Amino acid sequence: MTDNPDAVVVGAGIVGAACAAALARDGMRVMILDESFAGSGTTAAGMGHLVVMDDSPAQLALTAYSTRLWAMLTPDLPRNVEHEACGTLWVAEDESQLDAVREKQRVYSQHGVDAEVLSPAQLSEAEPHLRAGLAGALYVPGDGVIYPPNGARALLKIAAEHGASLREGVRVNAIAAREVVAGSERISCDIVVNAAGAQAARLTPGIPIVPRKGHLVITDRYPGFCRHQLVELGYLASAHTMSTESVAFNVQPRATGQLLIGSSRELVGWDASINRSIVRKMLDRALDFMPTLALTSAIRTWTGFRPATPDKLPLIGAWEETPGLWIASGHEGLGITTCLGTGQLLADMIAGRNTAIDVVPFAPSRVLSSAVAH
Amino acid sequence: MPQTGVRTGVRSELNILVDDRPVRVAAGISVASALFNLGVTSYAQSVTGEPRAPLCGMGVCFECRVTIDSRPHQRACLIPVVEGMHVITASNPG
Amino acid sequence: MTPHAYADDEIVAADVAVIGAGPGGIASAACAAERGQRVVVIDRGSLPGGQIWRHLRDGAIPRVAAQWISRFERSGARFIGTASVVDAHGETRGFDLLVDASGHAVSVRARDIILATGARELFIPFEGWTLPGVMGIGGAQALLKSGASFTGKRVVIAGSGPLMLPVAASLARSGARVVLVAEQASRVAVARFAAALWRSPSMLAQAAKYRARFLSSPYSTGTWVTAAHGFGRLESVTVTDGKRTWREVVDVLCTGYGLIPNVELAQLLGCETRDGAVIVDERQRTSIASVLAVGEATGIGGAPLALVEGEIAGSTVGVQTSPSSSLTRRRSVLKSAARSMLDTFTPRAELRALPTIDTIVCRCEDVKYGAVQHAICARQAKLYARAGMGSCQGRTCMPGLDFLFAWQADSVRPPIEPTPVSVLASDIANSASSAYSINSSVGEAYQ
Repeated sequence: MTDNPDAVVVGAGIVGAACAAALARDGMRVMILDESFAGSGTTAAGMGHLVVMDDSPAQLALTAYSTRLWAMLTPDLPRNVEHEACGTLWVAEDESQLDAVREKQRVYSQHGVDAEVLSPAQLSEAEPHLRAGLAGALYVPGDGVIYPPNGARALLKIAAEHGASLREGVRVNAIAAREVVAGSERISCDIVVNAAGAQAARLTPGIPIVPRKGHLVITDRYPGFCRHQLVELGYLASAHTMSTESVAFNVQPRATGQLLIGSSRELVGWDASINRSIVRKMLDRALDFMPTLALTSAIRTWTGFRPATPDKLPLIGAWEETPGLWIASGHEGLGITTCLGTGQLLADMIAGRNTAIDVVPFAPSRVLSSAVAH
Repeated sequence: MPQTGVRTGVRSELNILVDDRPVRVAAGISVASALFNLGVTSYAQSVTGEPRAPLCGMGVCFECRVTIDSRPHQRACLIPVVEGMHVITASNPG
Repeated sequence: MTPHAYADDEIVAADVAVIGAGPGGIASAACAAERGQRVVVIDRGSLPGGQIWRHLRDGAIPRVAAQWISRFERSGARFIGTASVVDAHGETRGFDLLVDASGHAVSVRARDIILATGARELFIPFEGWTLPGVMGIGGAQALLKSGASFTGKRVVIAGSGPLMLPVAASLARSGARVVLVAEQASRVAVARFAAALWRSPSMLAQAAKYRARFLSSPYSTGTWVTAAHGFGRLESVTVTDGKRTWREVVDVLCTGYGLIPNVELAQLLGCETRDGAVIVDERQRTSIASVLAVGEATGIGGAPLALVEGEIAGSTVGVQTSPSSSLTRRRSVLKSAARSMLDTFTPRAELRALPTIDTIVCRCEDVKYGAVQHAICARQAKLYARAGMGSCQGRTCMPGLDFLFAWQADSVRPPIEPTPVSVLASDIANSASSAYSINSSVGEAYQ
């Protein structure tokens, strides 16, 4: 790219990649910058789920929209993206949770998302390793999982096919009006997209994005042990609160047959070390739901930082304080799911087109206008 | 206790099952050695279905994995044979 | 099997925890226990001995090994076999080790730690190396000493390092037909090493003994295997000396290019390392207070050196005294012999050209050379191609990939060995049960 790009996307995680692909498809000359290599940050640490979630109407709209976009894309994805259309089972422990499941089914259906309530017998047949005595589950067949680093690379390839260029090992120090500063290099452009995820606030002070640490444990291969993504209803409560720490049951089968066990949330700054106490609590919670996990071999643990905002919704839109600056960050645990929706919404806003869903809830200006405290 | 010098006498034997076949093996040897002596070439299968057999012999490489008494992913090189144990290798497609 | 069946969540309290029961660990433990320290030794094997002193329950063993194991037993040190440390961290009062003992969680609390974690082989990938019948040089020795019979098998030993000679001798003595021993180091380099042996009489005696053993087997320097062939199992290998190339029909190929220190536990504890070995001072102290290290983990040097270092560590752990001057003198002689050996057997550059695009470089995940050759670092190869993401946690592939591409391995996190979820989930450290000593003597391991 010898001329100045039209758009610079800061961050080659899966959200940045999706934004780059959408802008490049619109004919913009796009340059993507990443301080390390593509997909190596939060994108590499996550569970890779593609899941419809209804913590709020806006979240439901964005995740439903995005999973529809994924459904259109997945047939063309390379094998190494490891897409599995495994669906999700939201597990109810008791009758009151089952009531919540029925309500969830109603809400999902209203939104055009297929969902079915399973009885205990049906749940047991679907997932024999879940403990007896559960009240049932909500089955969402349209959900799935991917392997995120290769998902990001696949989107970057689409961007490259439309002329985008990727520069890795380039650390952006500052974003100014229609300009990005990286070391001694100043890159002029019309549009800057801050897709730096958990680091977004470093480049755009005032963005209330904080790192929300999570742990994951992955096992050896046990093909057939678990066929769907499994989540407890309490996951929503864990994701919703900004308390110091919480764990929630979330197990995912990978294409390899390995089991990915999560989840945990903590606010401890940027300390990436393994917190053994949290790992134990997380595993205990998983063993509550799937006792036979006890005998599976755990081969690796790791941590990652979700970009968290106070109202649990990402920032997608213009940052009015800085001309030409757009934000696409703050996706917490839904970056993989919602990257496609984010990219398309951003491209539509930049092009002045109507968006498929209401973008007001994601407007970055909402954080400028209200006093933000947590 | 271990003895210095030359091995004394003949080892006792015991019975184990290998892929549903009853076999007699020397007591105290490792499962990996027992399988080696039986001529097993495919202890485990790689993720793309290739036959694999012990490489490091010391519990590091995980290529000697077999199922023992219904527990999968057991490193045969680390485990001595025990009377009645049931070993399933990748030679048994079932 | 281990005579003491550990229930879940047992706590073992000790003054000194020794990790590894090879020569270094055995000497450390015996010397510390003889001074009245409460010592516990943890080892992956069901009996003490590590790799070089591996033996069957009532089987043959060299005199020096029998003497040390006997001394180990009399010392009062406790032995936890078929066990691995999967996690470890320091507390103000000492260290908490999470040990997987045959799938049960055991918490070992110790004031001091002596790391005697030994070494493993460096494997460099080549076409066909994943065929059954291709094994490590140490791997063949381990199988032989665990009861495998190589009688009548045609064997080629091809790789590098002084391990090849004793293993060739053992295999030949057991009835194998060792048709070729191929050392990739040049004749000049090996001759220089042989000359340096004059400085170490015991090693010279050993070398002479080995040469006598297999005078009938061709021993070629500057020679290496380029490929292994066979359908479902090894049938032949291609050998070259840089000029001539030929085939050997074989049943077994022993391959390995030297030893690499096992430093994962040291790294987890925060110990500094250099060139892949744990850094220690003249009292075998690492950079972390109350953590000592001996033997191969501090640098490849063989069993006699590990024994001396073990004696030094065991005699000084927990106190301020210095080791005896005779011990330090012996260590210094053995260490300089070890250094010259390491220089001699550096794998040659031609070995980097052995893998083809389709050669598997990560065996756990069947990752091919072509999938990783453009990666900029180990982490990228891992994230993009899954290299190092399998059960061996990169121990087999990463050193080979480092040789091929000069990559550094990723950082270490618990569990440092695969372990059941139940072990990782156990909360013994905070459990209500009080600490008590387990009566697991070394002698019980032999019952």
